[in-house]
Amino acid sequence: MKTILKAQGLNKTYHLGSFPRTIKVRALNDINLTIESDEPVIISLVGESGSGKTTLAKVILRLVQPSSGAVTVAGHTVAGKGTRPSRTEFLRTVQPIFQNPFEAFSQYRTVDAYLLETATRVARLHKDEAVRAVEEALAAVGMQYKDVRGKYPNQFSGGELQRASVARALIPRPQLIVADEPVSMIDASRRMIIINLFLALKQEFQTSFLYITHDLATAYYISDYIAVMNKGRIVEFGDAKQVLSRPQHEYTQLLLDSIPRLDYRWVDRRNASPGKY
Amino acid sequence: MIRLDNIVATYTTQRGHVNAVDGVTLEIPDSIVMGIAGESGCGKSTLMKVIYGDIGFPLSLSSGMVDYGFVNERGEPVTTENIRREWFRHISYIPQSSMSSLNPVVRIRDQFVDFPATAGRKKEVLAQVRAFVPKLGLPPEAIDAYPHQLSGGMRQRIMVAMATFFQPEVILADEPTTALDVVVQKSILLLLLDLQKEMGNTIMLVSHDMGVHYQITQKMLIMYAAKVVEYADTDDLFQRPLHPYTLMLINSLPTIGDDRARHGLPGSPPSLWEMPQGCRFAPRCPLATALCRKEEPPLLEHERGRFSACHYAASVPELKQTLQAGPRLSEIAHDTAQLTADVERDV
Repeated sequence: MKTILKAQGLNKTYHLGSFPRTIKVRALNDINLTIESDEPVIISLVGESGSGKTTLAKVILRLVQPSSGAVTVAGHTVAGKGTRPSRTEFLRTVQPIFQNPFEAFSQYRTVDAYLLETATRVARLHKDEAVRAVEEALAAVGMQYKDVRGKYPNQFSGGELQRASVARALIPRPQLIVADEPVSMIDASRRMIIINLFLALKQEFQTSFLYITHDLATAYYISDYIAVMNKGRIVEFGDAKQVLSRPQHEYTQLLLDSIPRLDYRWVDRRNASPGKY
Repeated sequence: MIRLDNIVATYTTQRGHVNAVDGVTLEIPDSIVMGIAGESGCGKSTLMKVIYGDIGFPLSLSSGMVDYGFVNERGEPVTTENIRREWFRHISYIPQSSMSSLNPVVRIRDQFVDFPATAGRKKEVLAQVRAFVPKLGLPPEAIDAYPHQLSGGMRQRIMVAMATFFQPEVILADEPTTALDVVVQKSILLLLLDLQKEMGNTIMLVSHDMGVHYQITQKMLIMYAAKVVEYADTDDLFQRPLHPYTLMLINSLPTIGDDRARHGLPGSPPSLWEMPQGCRFAPRCPLATALCRKEEPPLLEHERGRFSACHYAASVPELKQTLQAGPRLSEIAHDTAQLTADVERDV
């Protein structure tokens, strides 16, 4: 069994405010998580805002130094003590996709410049190979290089640009792609294109995904494993379908009860008003 | 009853004029919660603006009028002409982002009383506000705070408090919970429902989340490309939609416990500048025929209280059965070729 993602005793404390009155916020509180599998997997990380899920993503992406503990992705220590690989080697292992593609790409640069730069600098490809790698990655997300070339981010729709950022993340063939709320900025009717894309890429590129979201329905749809976070702790972890159909922790239960579902109502609306209903 | 009569709302842009709401005629009964749904750019927020009477450059009303069904202090019927005078007292608006709607440098209590209706009796009104906010699950001291001192959920509650304080006849809520977590969203929605039940006013709620609509609305309006495509009681609409767009909107997202493969809605809505001839949904519709591409279907009452703008409304229940018999997620191959096919329909 390969270790896909392993977090050991991970802590992160933020100090807010200035000297005499600093407040300590424990964004990550002793996170231990081990995911082993021979096949690539999609792991969902769900929780409310302030639960620490984005901090965990940032630690895995090396954007935040943990206060203590370590994270290993596919045998590489990517965060904490003994972080070994160089930055480029790290970026070949873990790649990010962010929430808002219009913020992720500068509006003053063409999108293909980002893709080519990832291919030459991170994947260390020569120019011809780089173009081929970009073409291949774009084809995998249903786009064509000729349609992307020379275009600036504002010439794309949100969904297209997010697909381009998925293509960018694919170029170095990473072991793990960390996607932080990748569909929340996309129109509800078109979210499934990105969600189904993750499923297809898992199969074809053998890439694992860490899908961070507050949307439990899409998490149920694509993930193999799910981790529920609350107040800096992982309160429940396990097989996604099992956790969401038979939640053990009361917080998971609370989250599930709060989803506006289409099969039962929180309150009976039929006698709700004196109107003509 | 609120009557909308052939509303055409036009934006003036550099490229010319464009109709964001194109001929909407509706009757909305009193004391209900009505939901408005549709994709981005379908005109739902513009329709809200028109109903609120917030019409000013670049938005203009090219045709039609809203009749609100009540009279003002002088006994004149309230219409689009004079609705602005009734703001806050008889009609109020809960905007999408409470974060940017409150003035960050003014205490909330001062924003509460900052309009002409309270002139000369601010102290008295403030005492009433203090008595009112606990009903919304807020501590009375919350109104002494600056907006940044409160959490997102609390700020949204403050916006709800401002919108409901004068017990207006009509409350318009434009995506009131999109920026919030599900747990907070549920509490805000239930709060709105309780207040509506108590005051018996009409709430119009815009949301892209069909689950939210199912939970709290009694009637629903589905909009597509500036037009109304379906208008019906919520229960009927969810059980047996009479427009393929409604059906596909309900079916586009996965639900927990349902393993069917979903592909969202193929394609994207037409540009408001280049409307296709005939039915505007035809390019994305599985039921579309030559008739649809030629002739625009009018909004007709197919059954009592059930309006739909589709030539083939009677075939929609069949389409629903076909969709529900679709393959499970585990039965389909996940490859990028399938995705490319999905995207290519995405003109």
